[in-house]
Amino acid sequence: MFSEFIDRRAPGRYYISALNMDSSYLDIYAPLLLMFILAAGLAGVLVAASTLVGRHKHTREKDQPYECGITPTGDARAPFSVHFYLVALIFILFDIEAIFLYPWALVYHELKVFGFVEMMLYIMILLVGYIFLWKKGALDWS
Amino acid sequence: MIPLPAEQLLNLHRVAPEVVLCVFGIVIMVVDPFVQAAGRRALGWLAFIGALTALASVHLAAHFPGRAYSDLVNVDRFSIFVHVVVIGAASLAILGSLDYLEGEGLQRGEYYALVLFATAGMGILAGANELVTAFIGLEMSSISSYVLAGFRRRALPSNEASVKYFLLGSFATAFFLYGIAMVYGATGTTLISGIQTFLVSLPPSQHLPALAILGLGLIFVGLGFKVVVAPFQAYAPDVYEGAPTPVTALLASAPKVATFALMLRVFYVSFGSAQHLWFWVIWISAVLTMFIGNLGALMQTNVKRMLGYSSIAHAGYILVAFAASTDLGIAAALFYLSAYVLMKVGAFLVVTHLGQQGERRLAVADYAGLGMKQPVLAACFSLFLFSLLGLPVTGGFLGKFFAFQSALDAKIVWLVVIAGINSVIGAYYYLRVIIAMYFWEPSQDYTPTPVAPALSAALLVAAAGTLYLGLLPTRVLVLAKAAADSLSLLSLR
Amino acid sequence: MLLLEHLWIILALPLAGAAINGLCGKRWPKSAVNSVAIGSVSLAFLAAAETVREFSHLAAAQIPYVKSYFTWIVAGPFKVDFALQVDQLTVVMLLTVSFVGMLIHIYSTGYMAHEGGYYRFFSYLNLFKFFMLTLVLAANLIVMFVGWEGVGLCSYLLIGFWFLKKSAADAGKKAFITTRIGDFGFTVGVLLVFWTFGSVNFGDIFKSVSGMPAESMAQMGILTVICLLLFTGAVGKSAQLPLYVWLPDAMEGPTPVSALIHAATMVTAGVYMVARMHPLFSRAPIAMLVVAIVGALTAFYSATIGLVQTDIKKVLAYSTVSQLGYMFLACGVGAYGAGIFHLMTHAFFKGLLFLAAGSVIHAMGGEQDMRQMGGLRKKIPFTYWTMFIATLAIAGIPGFAGFFSKDQILEAVQSGPHANPLLWLLGVVGAALTSFYMFRLVFLTFFGAPRYDEHKVHVHESPVNMTVPLMILAFLSIFGGWFAAPKLVGGVDHFTKFLDPVFSSYALPGAEVAAEVPAEAAATPATELLHALTGVPVIVGILGLLLAWWFYIKNPETPKRLAQKARGLHALLLNKYYVDEIYAALIVRPLLWLSTNVFWHAVDEGVIDAAVNGTASVARASGGQVRKLQSGNARSYAAWIIIGAVGFTVLLLGLLGVVR
Repeated sequence: MFSEFIDRRAPGRYYISALNMDSSYLDIYAPLLLMFILAAGLAGVLVAASTLVGRHKHTREKDQPYECGITPTGDARAPFSVHFYLVALIFILFDIEAIFLYPWALVYHELKVFGFVEMMLYIMILLVGYIFLWKKGALDWS
Repeated sequence: MIPLPAEQLLNLHRVAPEVVLCVFGIVIMVVDPFVQAAGRRALGWLAFIGALTALASVHLAAHFPGRAYSDLVNVDRFSIFVHVVVIGAASLAILGSLDYLEGEGLQRGEYYALVLFATAGMGILAGANELVTAFIGLEMSSISSYVLAGFRRRALPSNEASVKYFLLGSFATAFFLYGIAMVYGATGTTLISGIQTFLVSLPPSQHLPALAILGLGLIFVGLGFKVVVAPFQAYAPDVYEGAPTPVTALLASAPKVATFALMLRVFYVSFGSAQHLWFWVIWISAVLTMFIGNLGALMQTNVKRMLGYSSIAHAGYILVAFAASTDLGIAAALFYLSAYVLMKVGAFLVVTHLGQQGERRLAVADYAGLGMKQPVLAACFSLFLFSLLGLPVTGGFLGKFFAFQSALDAKIVWLVVIAGINSVIGAYYYLRVIIAMYFWEPSQDYTPTPVAPALSAALLVAAAGTLYLGLLPTRVLVLAKAAADSLSLLSLR
Repeated sequence: MLLLEHLWIILALPLAGAAINGLCGKRWPKSAVNSVAIGSVSLAFLAAAETVREFSHLAAAQIPYVKSYFTWIVAGPFKVDFALQVDQLTVVMLLTVSFVGMLIHIYSTGYMAHEGGYYRFFSYLNLFKFFMLTLVLAANLIVMFVGWEGVGLCSYLLIGFWFLKKSAADAGKKAFITTRIGDFGFTVGVLLVFWTFGSVNFGDIFKSVSGMPAESMAQMGILTVICLLLFTGAVGKSAQLPLYVWLPDAMEGPTPVSALIHAATMVTAGVYMVARMHPLFSRAPIAMLVVAIVGALTAFYSATIGLVQTDIKKVLAYSTVSQLGYMFLACGVGAYGAGIFHLMTHAFFKGLLFLAAGSVIHAMGGEQDMRQMGGLRKKIPFTYWTMFIATLAIAGIPGFAGFFSKDQILEAVQSGPHANPLLWLLGVVGAALTSFYMFRLVFLTFFGAPRYDEHKVHVHESPVNMTVPLMILAFLSIFGGWFAAPKLVGGVDHFTKFLDPVFSSYALPGAEVAAEVPAEAAATPATELLHALTGVPVIVGILGLLLAWWFYIKNPETPKRLAQKARGLHALLLNKYYVDEIYAALIVRPLLWLSTNVFWHAVDEGVIDAAVNGTASVARASGGQVRKLQSGNARSYAAWIIIGAVGFTVLLLGLLGVVR
């Protein structure tokens, strides 16, 4: 199903050889680039125009952060417990593990036992990490 | 089609050192939470045994030269040489860490696990035949290093070192990755040998694709950061000063060797046909590196920081051999790197011991009169400093000699002249420490503490190695030459 | 042929002595340290003597006798053996170094008897002997370089022997760094030699250089460059203009060290090296001229400084610099034999002068200022007589060792193949000055009324282990030059004849005829003698003596009046032409300034920080909260990286465009 991406003349290399590419293949992106420039330019012009043309009158109230019309209280950048970050990191780690399982499942039949062993090894390594985290108290909220 | 899995599995012996290092690292990590604080020292020894096992497995890998995993990994004399140097440096650093961590109250398994993981990453760098694989190796070693640099969590300088290293390191890595992308875009491959084939097979009338050359420049930024050459060197003194000293010993030595190895592969093999272009980059960078390193070191009063600057300067000398662009130049660079690792690790381990608890005693003044109080330790340190300075009968001298000679052979006279001027400047700050040790009034507030057996062993090995390379360099030189030949540069010319 | 086979024994003996004393000497009594130190160097001398005896039986074809012990370094075409060699030049150096060294060792046991670090001193001294002998026996440039750097290291350690004294530690550092500047030239020279000739062995180099046609080498100019670079090393090591500044400061070391290292042996290594490399120098006329000019200028220049110095050792130091200048002058005009001859006689009389000065200092309880001496003649007669003999020798008074060698040099400058009247004039004036300041030293020290407090200073003659070496050296200062004596009566100069095989075997084709000064057909032995005895060098020597006598004995007030009158000149000389100050102002301070201001303040703080701050102010305008996320200097470091990345990629692409 993904065999069309494989260059069969060079086994083991999963790419389309640059030699086969049209030398001007980047040309097809030119309209995209143009669009980017136009978008950025338009946004820039609008902001610049309003800054230049509009009247600016600074008052203390106006310069305050917007908080539903109520006078702001306290610092917006309150420190979070480091645990939040830790959990976020751990989540990303195991999330990626899960994502890896999808492509693996897709080609599971072709890889046979080898694929199974590989994935088990991979999961084992992450499991070790999990045990490590657990014992170190990274999941402890108290 | 997808290669046979069985065939791939069999290739494990070609990456045996990395496998061993990772397995030991994982085991240490798992065991660590289950052992009592008193038993953690044993984990250090386990790590040391792991490193030695990895060294032994290099021997195994050496019997199976060739490529593995769809040409991603390369086992040749070059990678074997670099593996030995890198793992050797790591073993010495582990030996030097045992008692340091005990004294700082930091004895923990992660430390050793991280050292082993970092070493595994460097091993991958040394053997990589493909840029993305190399990138993974680079990241493995870098990320471990970031954590190790901040391992003295309660010390501000250590935190600062870690954060700076992390921020700038990721910044530089981004350049590297971007460079890979460019090169891929231009040549359609990320295989180091594949890029070579592509560039060489271009018709002579057509000049090299600008995109590839741009990529080369960006790759140089990423790798130059890691080997600490100007103008990417700025972080190094801060990081080396702030990191725990045994970690500094590791950071200043092993990654440099591994990354230089990759750099040699990328520049000589992949971009051998662009030598007339990158030569000037190397030239300019070498000059800047040497001057910044040496002049920076000149004003330092902190020995650890001074040695940090000195390691910048040494990267510059290695670039001189690099610029020679001959197989003799590569051999000289490899020889220099092995001598450099021994003397640098040795010097930092001496600083480890003399820093005392909390790394309080790092100023030159703290070394006053050491020659009287601890003559053997002072003699060791003098040996390392003399070697760094490049005095005969030390490895450092011959390293410089071969490097400069290979550059002269390639008719790069001015660079050698500049390097010579720089080694004269270098004499000043190394000698200052020696003078302090032997010629100053001993400071009263310091009572010598005995050097722990593990550290003594590490120092002994480093000192003996430095002398060995200075007195009987032939064996190592022959190996370095064979390693250089295996890069098969000659086939290009 | 036992020792000739095993030349390494000569090296191993002092090395073993150094190791034993260095490792165990601390716990041993002085007598044990003495016996190890003296025993090892005496054995080394005996071994050297035996080697020379065996050498004398060799056939001419076997000379130079080269013995390779093992292959030391192999790197592609670069192959270095640990090889030693003996030829006539080596013999002279070997005997001089080992014998004078032994005497100074014996002397030191008396001189250093009351000093701390006794074992350390002898350990260093032995180590020095080892390196010096390595230098002399080396059969290739690399082994020679090991000795070369080794003696430098020992010199540094010994100058700073009294390291608690800041001036001593500074002097050591100065010596090391100054000579390293020269050594750098030497290293590059060695590299170039290998590059050009494909070998570092003396034999191979000389063979290939003599095989090349002289014209092609000269056109290449490479030979001149090599010779000048090697000479740079010699300039540093042998304290010639402009790198001589370390030697006077080196007098901070113990006096035996000054005698051994900074008069008799190490400082002459440069002369030895130039003489050793003569096949190269002979083919590089420009380099030769430079050698001669530097030598003559140094000889004259430092003699003028010696005129007004008041520290007894400083006078001798400048005198050494000056005499080394003569040796280089000799080499520069192609009279290598004369240079080596002067090297040997100089080792005798200058070694003696230093030892005698040490004896004076010892007698005066550490006083070195000649203004605080006077009238010592009667109190330390032994020291006085030996020192007087040495002074006669250095002044070139006929019959003494220095007469023969100096005469030979000046003769070569006057009438040799590379004669140069201007250099000759410098040499002759220098000789007059030498005679003057040396007799000034003797008169100030030993004559007149005592200028010290006789109640406080108890002047005493030195012990016998100090006076015996003085006697032996005094003997050599008289007779050490008599090898050349027969020449005065029309006979053979045995010294030159002995060295002749070394210096003629690789001579320039066609130059052999010119090298031999044709004997004047009409000269009879009697006129020859008369001619030599009334030659200009002798006359100026005696003139110097008389002038010194007139100044310091007859009219002791004259020098002061003269100093008053020519205040500027006097100050200039007294302050050694302000060279130290000039070097500090021109080299040391700019370097520090560069480091502090340019690289630290300007580049790091000025350019980088300013650039970053400039960017930052732009960033601030658009509300840069991001800035706060980054700590302190990290962003300036990142700026470095960006600047580098942009710079290098632009450079690469630029080159790609330019270099097709």
